[in-house]
Formats: sequence, structure tokens, C-alpha cells
Amino acid sequence: MTSSGPDRSAPGSTPSPHGADAAPVVKAVRLRHPWRNLIAVIILIIAVAFIWDAAGRTAYHWDIFGKYVFDKRISEAAFNTLQLTVYSMVIAAILALVLAVMRLSSNPVFKSISWFYLWIFRGTPVYVQLTFWGLLSVIYPTLSIGLPFMHPWLEFPTGSTLTFFELAIIGLALNESAYLAEIVRAGILSVDRGQEEAATALGMTWTQSMLRIVIPQSMRVIIPPTGNEVISMLKTTSLVTAVPYSLDLFARSRDIATSLFAPVPLLLVASAWYLAITSVLMVGQYYLEKRFARGIGAARPTKGAGGTTAAPTTTAQFEVVSEAYNTDEKEHQ
Amino acid sequence: MTDTEVPMVQADQVSKSFGSNQVLKSISLTVRRGEVMVLLGPSGSGKSTFLRCINHLESVDAGRLRVEGTLVGYKEKGDKLHELHPKEAAAQRREIGMVFQRFNLFPHMTAIENIIEAPMRVNKVGKATAIARAKELLTRVGLGDKGDAYPAHLSGGQQQRVAIARALAMDPKLMLFDEPTSALDPELVGEVLDVMKKLAESGMTMIVVTHEIGFAREVADSLVFMDGGVVVESGDPREVLANPQHERTKAFLSKVL
Repeated sequence: MTSSGPDRSAPGSTPSPHGADAAPVVKAVRLRHPWRNLIAVIILIIAVAFIWDAAGRTAYHWDIFGKYVFDKRISEAAFNTLQLTVYSMVIAAILALVLAVMRLSSNPVFKSISWFYLWIFRGTPVYVQLTFWGLLSVIYPTLSIGLPFMHPWLEFPTGSTLTFFELAIIGLALNESAYLAEIVRAGILSVDRGQEEAATALGMTWTQSMLRIVIPQSMRVIIPPTGNEVISMLKTTSLVTAVPYSLDLFARSRDIATSLFAPVPLLLVASAWYLAITSVLMVGQYYLEKRFARGIGAARPTKGAGGTTAAPTTTAQFEVVSEAYNTDEKEHQ
Repeated sequence: MTDTEVPMVQADQVSKSFGSNQVLKSISLTVRRGEVMVLLGPSGSGKSTFLRCINHLESVDAGRLRVEGTLVGYKEKGDKLHELHPKEAAAQRREIGMVFQRFNLFPHMTAIENIIEAPMRVNKVGKATAIARAKELLTRVGLGDKGDAYPAHLSGGQQQRVAIARALAMDPKLMLFDEPTSALDPELVGEVLDVMKKLAESGMTMIVVTHEIGFAREVADSLVFMDGGVVVESGDPREVLANPQHERTKAFLSKVL
């Protein structure tokens, strides 16, 4: 092993691929990071001290926390919060797609409508918007369907038709759609122009190329910030008290806290639930991102034999044909 | 060509400008059915733009451009031209295949999925039929075993061959190639040109923008040399390449040959 050392390749000799002569393994003393270690130790000490102190601190009322963290009222409120989040996000996503496509279309009317919508809903605070939605029945006592200046075909009293829960969802969704629309627009713009061109050249209509080619590819760019928006929405639902809707997680824990005269432990209860839901959402985001990285991200095992039992025989046939093709090809050269 | 035969492509004084930049200046040429025409010329000479006009990816400003006698992108009603509805324009494009310099395969779909997409969505072909046809086409371009591969896992040459198969899946009557080998590593150019040569031999009408002089000499029926938005010289490729008449053609060929 040692004798043939440095002389790499005599002319004509081919070096063996796996190297019979292994190069000397690098065995270096690792670089030390004393400051890094010191800072880590200090932070650890501070953290332990804080937890130790918090565990014993009476103001936190861990007994009350323990008693209410799995209270039925709280878990129901958490479910309401989750519903507010999911429903408003789904509506917002659909609206956002429409708004983004309108904004990117060549139709000047669509473009202006989308721009104006964004201007209004991004330009005013969500708390103010939610308050407005709560006052909907005051501003518009009846909702009617029909033509302007004519007797309406259908008429409903606003107050009894829409609950505060629904108004909260509408308010959150419309506000969120303005932000999501910008995310969707950025995603669509991130897709190479050649993709739409190729789809167009294949005779696909604009709608087909959008739905099948452009939007699926834009998802890769859209999902990470949208995950962020979902988590943000989960917490924004704590503002629905402006509507006023009072059965969400934060409002409910605040009500309980008021009756107990113990605000701190119930804040902890609410925080624990928000944190738990956020964690679950983060897991969901991870899987969605993986799904839409198809064909782009790190190499992924190809689909298991295409799912057809006949696959092996057919591929064998094709190999024969392609071999024939290859020999044919050689003759041409 | 007999007088009665309708040419596949007929350009009559076609002009096109981008802003103040006129990229096509009164181009007139005819491509017969089954003809392979190579468009040659320095970059910026308007060859790609002309190709894109045939597919109505760009619209023509002046002149008339016809495919099989039908005006591209417009309808004639009396002496007036009407823009086509996007759906009608899409219907025209179905019959014209296009292969791009940068392949433009759909990265989120496997090779098979790339190929069956348009036949299924546009021509409403059933999935099983479309897949069978796609496999046949992949075999034809020498990639019978790559159906389940995503474009990112294929070499440039393989991607371009899938792109050719994708265009062929629509059973086009005319194939447009926009510098199909310009983005490829030199050792991958041959495999794509071989597929194109076979396609030419099968009788496909093709218009090829390329710098591959060898392909032009060997495969093409006609060669058109463009520069500055005009057709400088055209004719039999072997003649034009061996004995260029125009100074600009000579200057260009002396650089690429």
C-alpha cells in the first residue's frame, strides 16, 4: 500500500476506480469554540433559573392552570378558534386566487377592481373591519337580492340571517384575501414564462394553462408564506371580540379569568392551546411543501412501477424496441 | 410544387415590430407540405420571431401569414380582418407543434404526464389511449424507459427529446423548432438532431431555426438566411452553403463553418 505512494498514474495504466491505495485519512484536531460553549452554558443557566422560579411562583397559579387547561369550555373554544381559522382561510384562498388572476389579467376592468379591493382591505386595520362587520345589521338592516331601484326578489333581515360567528368569518376572510392575493400573485409571477408559452403552443387555453401548469408550479412559492398566514390567522381570530363574537379561545379564557379574578393562569391556558394548534399546523405545512416540491426538490424515489402490474412486461418490450432504435441510430452515423 | 397545392406555410410580406424596433421586414416565403426548411442567421435577425408568428405566439403587424391557406390569428370577413377569439387561436395552435430552446417541459410532471397533458385536456383523448401513445412516442425518441422520470432527472438532450414527443402527441401537421440544440452540451446535440432527422424522414413538415450547419446540409430541403429582419438569401441548402451569393451570407458562414 505504501510503496506506490505519490506516483499517480504511469502512462497507459488506468487507476482502479475504488483506489487500492487509499489516501491518508484526515485526522485533525477539531477546532475548539470556547466562547460558543461558554455562552451556551450561561444561557442554559438562565433558562433553568427562569423555569425553576416560574414553577414556584404563586402569581402563575399553576393549580388553576392545571384545572382549566383541559376544561370543556376551553377545548370547545379552541375548536371554535380552529373553525374560524380554517373557514376564513379557505374562503380567503379562493378569493385570493381570483383577485391575483384578475390583477394579472390583461383586462383593465378586472385589474382596477382587484387593485381597489387590495387598497381598501390592506389599508385598514382588521380590528376596524371586524367592528364594521359587526355593525352590518345596523348599516344594512335588510339584505335583498334583485335589481337596483326595483322591488327585490328576495329579502332577509340581516341580524337574524348572519350570526356573529359568520360575520367574523366574513370579516377575517375578506381581510386575509387581500394579503393572500399578493402571495398568489408573487407565486404566479415566479413561474417561468416559457411554461405558459409551452402550454399555449400545445393548444391549451389560458384557463387550462393556468390551472394545470402555472398554478401547480406556483404552489411551491405560495405555500411557505401561506403557512405563515394560517398561523397568523389563528392568532388574529383573537380579535373577533370586535364583532363581537365571544366563544373563541381568547375571549372564553378571558371570561373565565374574570369570573375567577385570575387573569394570569388563563392567559397561560390560552397560550398553551394556541401554541399546540400552531405546532400541528406546522406539521401540515411540512407535508404540503413536500407534495408540491414534486419534480423539483431533492431526488425522490420514482413512483413504484407506475402502479400497474403489467408494467414489467411492457417495459421489457420497449427496451427491445429502443435497442433496435439505437442500432439504427449507429448506422446513421 | 404545382399551382393547385396549398402550401403548408405561406408568408406574404410579413412585418413585425416590438415598439420602434422592426424585427421582421416584409418576409415572404413558402413552405411546401413535407418540406424541411432551416432558418439560419445571426441572433437578432428575426428568425425566432418569425417562427413564433407562425404559431401566433406573436401577432403579425403587416402582411399575411397563412398555414394551409388559413390566416394565422385572424379571420377575413369581406376585406376586413377580425382578431380570433383566444379559443379559436388555441384551436389553430393544436395542429402546429413547437419545440423550444429551453425545452419548457412541465417540471411538476413526469415525462409521460408531460406528453399526455395536452392530448387529454385539449383533444379529450382517454387516459389509457393517451398513455399508450405517449409510450410509443417515447420509444420513438429513444426514451422508452424514462416515462416515469421527472424532467429534473433527465439530461438536456433527454428533456428535449421528451419535448419533441410532447409536441408530436398532438399529431401536428407542422413542427416548429426554435434553436432546439442551442441550450445543450455539445455531446448531447447529436441525439436530438437524430430524432429530428428521423422525423424529417417520416415526412413531417418542419421549420427549424438552428446553427447546426451539418443538419441543414444533410436534412433540410431548403435554407433561408435571414439578417436584420429580411430574407437575404434562400435556396437549396447545399448550394447556398457551398456557394453563398450574398456578402452577408458569406460573412456569417465564414464564422460558423
